[in-house]
Amino acid sequence: MSSASKQNTLVIEDLHVSVEGKEILKGVNVEIPKGEVHALMGPNGAGKSTLAYALMGHPKYRITEGKVSFHGKNLLDLSIDKRAREGVFLAFQYPKEIPGLKVFHFLKNAYIARFGIDEGSFSSMDFFKKVKAKTELLKMKEDFITRYLNEGFSGGEKKRMEILQLSLLKPEIAILDEPDSGLDIDAVRIVAGGVNSLRGPDIGVLLITHYQRILNYIKPDVVHILMNGRIVQSGGPDLAEHLDNVGYEFAGAEV
Amino acid sequence: MPDTEYRYGFHDPENYVYRAKPGLSHDVVSEISWLKKEPEWMSKVRHKALDYFLKKQLPEWGPFLGNIPFDEIYYYIKPSERQEQNWKDVPEDIRNTFDKLGIPEAEKKYLAGVGAQYESEVVYHSLKEEWTKQGVVFLDMDGGLREYPELIKEYFGSIVPYTDNKFSALNTAVWSGGSFVYIPEGVEVAIPLQAYFRINAKNMGQFERTLIIAEKGSRVHYIEGCTAPVYSTDSLHSAVVEIIVKEGARVTYSTVQNWSKNVYNLVTKRSIVFKDGIMEWVDGNLGSGVSMKYPGAILKERGARAEILSVAMASAGQQQDVGSKVIHMASDTSSSIVSKSISKDGGRSSFRGLVKVVSGLSGVKASVRCDALIMDDTSRSDTYPYLDINSPEVEVGHEATVTKIGEEKLFYLMSRGISEIDAAKMIVSGFIEPVVKRLPMEFAVEMNRLIDLEIEGSVG
Ligand SMILES: Nc1ncnc2c1ncn2[C@@H]1O[C@H](COP(=O)(O)OP(=O)(O)O)[C@@H](O)[C@H]1O
Ligand SMILES: [Mg+2]
Repeated sequence: MSSASKQNTLVIEDLHVSVEGKEILKGVNVEIPKGEVHALMGPNGAGKSTLAYALMGHPKYRITEGKVSFHGKNLLDLSIDKRAREGVFLAFQYPKEIPGLKVFHFLKNAYIARFGIDEGSFSSMDFFKKVKAKTELLKMKEDFITRYLNEGFSGGEKKRMEILQLSLLKPEIAILDEPDSGLDIDAVRIVAGGVNSLRGPDIGVLLITHYQRILNYIKPDVVHILMNGRIVQSGGPDLAEHLDNVGYEFAGAEV
Repeated sequence: MPDTEYRYGFHDPENYVYRAKPGLSHDVVSEISWLKKEPEWMSKVRHKALDYFLKKQLPEWGPFLGNIPFDEIYYYIKPSERQEQNWKDVPEDIRNTFDKLGIPEAEKKYLAGVGAQYESEVVYHSLKEEWTKQGVVFLDMDGGLREYPELIKEYFGSIVPYTDNKFSALNTAVWSGGSFVYIPEGVEVAIPLQAYFRINAKNMGQFERTLIIAEKGSRVHYIEGCTAPVYSTDSLHSAVVEIIVKEGARVTYSTVQNWSKNVYNLVTKRSIVFKDGIMEWVDGNLGSGVSMKYPGAILKERGARAEILSVAMASAGQQQDVGSKVIHMASDTSSSIVSKSISKDGGRSSFRGLVKVVSGLSGVKASVRCDALIMDDTSRSDTYPYLDINSPEVEVGHEATVTKIGEEKLFYLMSRGISEIDAAKMIVSGFIEPVVKRLPMEFAVEMNRLIDLEIEGSVG
């Protein structure tokens, strides 16, 4: 592909990332074009969340080598909020609690910031209706938007809150860090339904998961396996099933 | 940090009707007393209080007060001939100042009455007719003493005697202005009364004195605000507030303290609460260089309750030494103290909480919660809880937390496209939300706006 046609692809090249002086990612290469869902699998501690944080710009995750580009820009030059406004979104494995910050107030500010909306022309009422419709789809409780952000939320409520934000902020690249962890099967279906409803030519997804289970509901186009800070194997959806049968040790040994 | 973001730092020319010589002496006290044509007993109390002030040492705990320029301070300045009930009659400079502070406008929109003090005297005072008709009294303290001398004689100094501390003695000696509020039995004043205190002169000392009496089953919300110009020399504000909450009455006293950083703010506020009465202090301390303020409640009879909510923000060059004091003197009384402090740019905040339960009581509940948010490594927060429990069946809860603003929370919000400044503002306003939500909407907005300005000053 020419570089012009990679405008709509998240291109990660030879990415090295250190946390507190220790190298965790040791040269990761992945390309995620809009329109595709890529699953990133790997054992605990492989560096999956590290990749997610580094892409979003967490200050603790230092990039020591490599490049990440999207829309023809070097993403690594942008601040966290600018990456978000560029269309990158991270659904957190462990969403943060912000005491005293009302969910609606937060969503409204995030929406206004993401799309650079002039506050004068923003209708809170229209936005409220939009949020309400989405909370119903995600089967979230009524009182939810008057609560404080993630404070006292159950694990499942936190995950749904991430998917709600995902669907409101309409990213072009969505990184979903274990959106299914800790969920029962009904909740997995709801979360997967939320993600599937957004699938289409305008969004590229990096779906991080430890288990194959969620891939029964969200069918990936490509599967990558990350071990010890490197992608050790990439392939089609059947790679995930194969992995489920043989386990990560064996997959690693194949390389 | 530059003081440019302090919006109220302007000052008027100093045109006074009367100004006492700087410094404190029995002559100055006599002069104030004579000018006010007050009763003999008050004059005597003033002189006794002055003697006490002069012999009492500065407190050995808390912020350093040794640099207060007691000899250079003006203890009494009379800014205008008389108090007005109509803004158009207030001298133009002073009226313009209060216009800039938005007081007349707020009065029209959402207040039951307003008292505006400028230097030592209340220059404007009014109470809407709806409330005067029901017998509500809202005057400046001098007016209260003229019109209700028996009530003042009965209660003045009964809750905060001049011997309470050095600064209550100072206030008693040179007090001027402040409010006298009387709410008759069963009357509920639905919208707030506001007092606004403005210092204009350099080296000014402002010593207002407030007494609120809420009769049986009555209800009132009193709000005070304050600002001062920015000068390179220090000013002193030292108030005394006494509140009597009678059976089943409820008094809320809210403060949005926004003095400029050259003001020492040393204030004694206390209430006494009788059977089933409720006292609420909602205290926002944003301004001043050094503040010492511990609003208190004496729960005198069964069923009395106190809630003390405070927010303090200590920025560069500021020490907010705040807290509260509750004394349970009867069974089945309850108290709750919630304190939130924010320290940034080298600011220092301290919380002192005293809960005392006398012996022989049952059914007492008390909780103290204090949370500190520290914005950077140069700032500091300390907590000094003090529980003095002398009865066995007491439920006491105490909780203290210290949090750094934390890159994790900032990262989470910024990952949604929110800028760093806005993310910091959201975290801070969320932190103080449990207190701010208790203020009437207009004041909650004002408080959040003031805090936003402070954060813009440091993150930006
Ligand atoms: N904030 C951090 N501080 C210290 N070590 C970290 C931090 N984040 C990740 N690590 C380390 O990096 C490695 C990879 O972690 P992580 O990316 O969370 O793995 P995964 O998401 O694949 O389970 C682990 O050894 C982990 O201990
Ligand atoms: Mg992880």
